[in-house]
Amino acid sequence: MTQNSVEAGAVVETRGLVKTYGKVEAVRGIDLTVRSGEVFGFLGPNGAGKSTTISILCTLVKPTGGQALVAGVDVTRDPGAVRSRIGLVFQDPSLDDQLTARENLEFHAFLYNVPRSERKARIDGVLEMVELHERAGSQVRTFSGGMKRRLEIARGILHFPQVLFLDEPTLGLDPQTRRRIWAYLHDLRKREGITLFMTTHYMDEAEFCDRIAIIDHGQIIALGTPDELKAMVGGDVITVATRDAEAAADEVRRAFELEPATERDGLRIEVPDGASFVPRLMRELTVPVSAVTLSRPSLDDVFLKLTGKAIRDEGAGEMDQMRNMMSMWSRAGGRR
Amino acid sequence: MSVESVQQAAPMRRQATVDIRMATLRAIYMIWRRDLIRFWRDRTRVVGALVQPLLFLVILGTGLSSALRGAGGGSFRAGLDYTTFIYPGIIGMAVLFSSIFSGMSIIWDREFGFLKEVLVAPIDRSAVAIGKTLGGATQACIQGLVLLVLAPFVGVKLTPLAVLELIVLIFCLAFSLSAVGVAIAARMRSMMGFQFVLNFLVQPAFFLSGALFPVTGLPGWMTALTRVDPLSYGVDPIRRIVLGASGVPGPVLDRLSMNFGGQVVPIPLEVAILLAFGLVLMLIALFNFRRQD
Repeated sequence: MTQNSVEAGAVVETRGLVKTYGKVEAVRGIDLTVRSGEVFGFLGPNGAGKSTTISILCTLVKPTGGQALVAGVDVTRDPGAVRSRIGLVFQDPSLDDQLTARENLEFHAFLYNVPRSERKARIDGVLEMVELHERAGSQVRTFSGGMKRRLEIARGILHFPQVLFLDEPTLGLDPQTRRRIWAYLHDLRKREGITLFMTTHYMDEAEFCDRIAIIDHGQIIALGTPDELKAMVGGDVITVATRDAEAAADEVRRAFELEPATERDGLRIEVPDGASFVPRLMRELTVPVSAVTLSRPSLDDVFLKLTGKAIRDEGAGEMDQMRNMMSMWSRAGGRR
Repeated sequence: MSVESVQQAAPMRRQATVDIRMATLRAIYMIWRRDLIRFWRDRTRVVGALVQPLLFLVILGTGLSSALRGAGGGSFRAGLDYTTFIYPGIIGMAVLFSSIFSGMSIIWDREFGFLKEVLVAPIDRSAVAIGKTLGGATQACIQGLVLLVLAPFVGVKLTPLAVLELIVLIFCLAFSLSAVGVAIAARMRSMMGFQFVLNFLVQPAFFLSGALFPVTGLPGWMTALTRVDPLSYGVDPIRRIVLGASGVPGPVLDRLSMNFGGQVVPIPLEVAILLAFGLVLMLIALFNFRRQD
């Protein structure tokens, strides 16, 4: 990373970030730069150091070593200034469900000193953005999980933060609600030019990020755009369904000098750029073809290759992860 | 190197920084206001909290009044009705339970996540301790004042001045006891210890406070315990004002009042002890929250 790219507008920057709990090294030297306005995803198995890193950036945990700047401020030197410039959406809800949506936002606006003259307009604005303005006067306990999460996102950006940290923002929500949350987040970035820094373990969601860092054992093992990461595992896979696989394979060999794998009812061909290859393939094949599928390598494949673990294996750990987060919270804020 | 350059670039993007001291005052106000909104919204709790004091007052009061008259015992010979006697103690009880539980509602806030919203805000965390203590005190104070309305029913005629004095006393008591609740909650992670606190702190404090019997003429060990019970310094002045206003003669009153080695303790000193206790507890709570960085 050159110095120039840093000056071009880094919102989050860490250098050799380390956090140890006793003998356990939760974070072992993390360097990363998040540019202004990007959606940055943080992927990793449980206990990889994701939550610890995000907690350090949010000034909830003090690093053992290294440096972290958020919105241009050192997290250990002036945590108060960092806190006023960031927004947070936690994994588990932190709303008062006996208060109304509006009251929750008023409380936040007051804590973060949103000027009185702007307060009402701003609250109305964020409520409208997440389509909750009609429920502004309802107590939060009457809200569904998705509505609560939307309200938390609205609250997270209420005080014009430069960067919004989201820890598993769609955890435990149904697919439809997850898509809606993502639509809000992209809309948010467009309207407010805000930087999003999030952890997720839904691979399909990681695709929505501009750049992704994969973290394992407290270190970043890969960082890049989703396409760059996918390029690490090889090319696209084309499967051709046909009754006469042998004849089709001959044709492919002759026309493209490729070695296709023949399967029970068809062929499997690996090429670097599948999208432009399919039309050419169709022109050359004379054997009747019943279907063609193009599959690109998924982030799942990347994850598997880099960590030797499928992220799906971690599914059982969702509750553990919440518990970890909570116990870390209480350790951080606990009885010492 | 690059880290330094980012710091130099920072002022360009600087936004209005939050003045932590002002933000903390605002936070105290908001935490207090939130407690009152919730209190107001949960009116069933307010009514429910009155049931226990009324049971004590009506059933225990009437029952023991009759029994004591029959036995012709002690101070209650001199025309002092037992129901009138425990009435101030019951106000103390209502304030005690309400204060401690309001203070301890921080544990709920912690469990349901809301506390996090406050702890990550750009404020000094002492706001949590102060705001919660004041919020709990206000709620308990309202509970106590509701019981004042019952005065005529137990044969107590209050003067406006007495009412004014009682309001001040009840608030001081509510403040100190809420601070106890907050200080306990600052170190508790779950509701598991709740029953423990109730059985080992709240109930003994109630029984030893002189709410149900005079704290004079007791065995030495018990006298010592009543003197370290902060609730004693709230119940006693409330009783002296209530009984004084209802025309109980001075000598009878003095015999029932809190004394140090036979010397009746002046009310201002009792209030000072009560407030000092509350302040110390609030400071303990405050440091506990500050330390949670």
